[in-house]
Amino acid sequence: MKNAARTALVLAGAGAGAAVLRRLVSPPSDPRRGERWMVVTVNRPPMDVLPEGRPPTPLDEFGDALEITVRPAPGDRGTELAARLRETPSAAETSLPSRLAGEDPRQEVRRALREAKSLLETGEVLRSDAPPTAREDTIGGRIVGAASRRSGGEGVL
Amino acid sequence: MRAVCWEGVNKLSVEQIPDPEIRNEQDVVVRLLASTTCGSDLHLIGGYIPAMQAGDVIGHEFVGEVVEVGPGVRRHAVGDRVVVCSFIGCGRCWYCRNDLWSLCDNTNTNPGIGQALFGYETAGIFGYSHAMGGIRGSHAEYVRVPFADYGAFPVPEGVDDISALFASDSVPTGWMGADLGGVRPGDVVAVWGCGAVGQMAARAALLKGAERVIAIDRLPERLAMTERHIGAEVIDYTTTDVAAELRERTGGRGPDVCIEAVGMEAHGTGPDHVYDQVKHQLRLQTDRPTAVRQAIHACRKGGSVFVLGVFAGAVDKFPLGMVVNKGLTLRGAQMHGQRYIPMLLERIAKGEISTAHLATHTMSLDDAPRGYDMFKHKKDGCVRAVFRP
Repeated sequence: MKNAARTALVLAGAGAGAAVLRRLVSPPSDPRRGERWMVVTVNRPPMDVLPEGRPPTPLDEFGDALEITVRPAPGDRGTELAARLRETPSAAETSLPSRLAGEDPRQEVRRALREAKSLLETGEVLRSDAPPTAREDTIGGRIVGAASRRSGGEGVL
Repeated sequence: MRAVCWEGVNKLSVEQIPDPEIRNEQDVVVRLLASTTCGSDLHLIGGYIPAMQAGDVIGHEFVGEVVEVGPGVRRHAVGDRVVVCSFIGCGRCWYCRNDLWSLCDNTNTNPGIGQALFGYETAGIFGYSHAMGGIRGSHAEYVRVPFADYGAFPVPEGVDDISALFASDSVPTGWMGADLGGVRPGDVVAVWGCGAVGQMAARAALLKGAERVIAIDRLPERLAMTERHIGAEVIDYTTTDVAAELRERTGGRGPDVCIEAVGMEAHGTGPDHVYDQVKHQLRLQTDRPTAVRQAIHACRKGGSVFVLGVFAGAVDKFPLGMVVNKGLTLRGAQMHGQRYIPMLLERIAKGEISTAHLATHTMSLDDAPRGYDMFKHKKDGCVRAVFRP
């Protein structure tokens, strides 16, 4: 009982803390979220990033579905490589449930941008260990595992 | 192979897991020679670092022998004895090229989690939660090392495994605190925490020419160790008013550089510590910044405060007014080890930096849960438990 009460207290505290933090740091909903450019800065010159106008791997696999631009980054920081879907995804497609289900079409673009950057800079994309963990049979483990699988397509690009 | 796994809050076990394999062309696999506990492990074992998964292999400070080499590796061969930097750097992104290795763009395999927590992700780190990439840790018989040409360093002849081991993380972390904290010849430097990182920060400050270095802790054996092996002055904060003592020892000015090497589970003696403990236990703040507050308060006007301790999120009652009105430079970082490790191995070889004394307890991997219990509760004067396969 004592443990249960303590657990409840901790969870309540955690929930309240998370709510406050979210309130403090969450920006207002972005009306342009579906149409924004997703951008990475690649530590290579523009001619390496878009040789003869061809998109780098794996962005080239999207064909005409993507708009892609490059421009030199200021301060000798390489090249800004930007991409977005020609067909702006709907609000439903970019909603939280869609993102959790891995059905937001921007996720594959983000993943491809990150992979293109890594390939251009290092020649490879770092792979996780296999298996990444000794077991994935707890509830918390499943949540972290799911977050990890979505992680490459999520974030602030 | 055997590996030490996190199984839940305050639960560790030794498990049989599949051997690592070359997963990228620039990987090597090393056979473990020695791996050590780190204070930052206690934060994830205790559940204060998010995105841990039952079965995660922990450990990030290690030395090993190369047993397998990927086809893209140029600087290593089977049989090399190497110390491996705890943070993984690709060596070619803008951050690595600018010696900011713990900010590498290409080694965190879970960038979305790191970005959700910090705005931008850190580099990957061995054995330190899926927010930092979820790369398997070093408390295992074999360890896969990505981008090995940039993160694994040959151990000089004559440097034993245990002395080299601490060049993986504690020594470069401490050195970075003194270096990026801006220690200059003639400075007075105060260091909060006499664990391995604090001791190494104190030693670095002395080697960089500090006139006086004063280290602060509560554990008599660590204070004695810091005096004896590092050559720093010490203060026991349980019996001394630290701020008053520092003022007196610095001619009323306060230290020029204050280095915090304690982290999110700081202890203290005053009401602010009680306040921090209550809020921390209720998860109303993610970290206890007791030592950071003291460092900011004690620092001289226009001085520098460097936060070396690991913090994960938001803290309460942060004295921003002191930072602004005293004109302080406040800086923190995870460790840019690749920047320093070769130089530090040379200094260890020359005897300028002593590390072997940190390994107070050496044991088998099978005893790791006991080793962490000793380490966490400072039993038998434990400063670091070292695991051998």
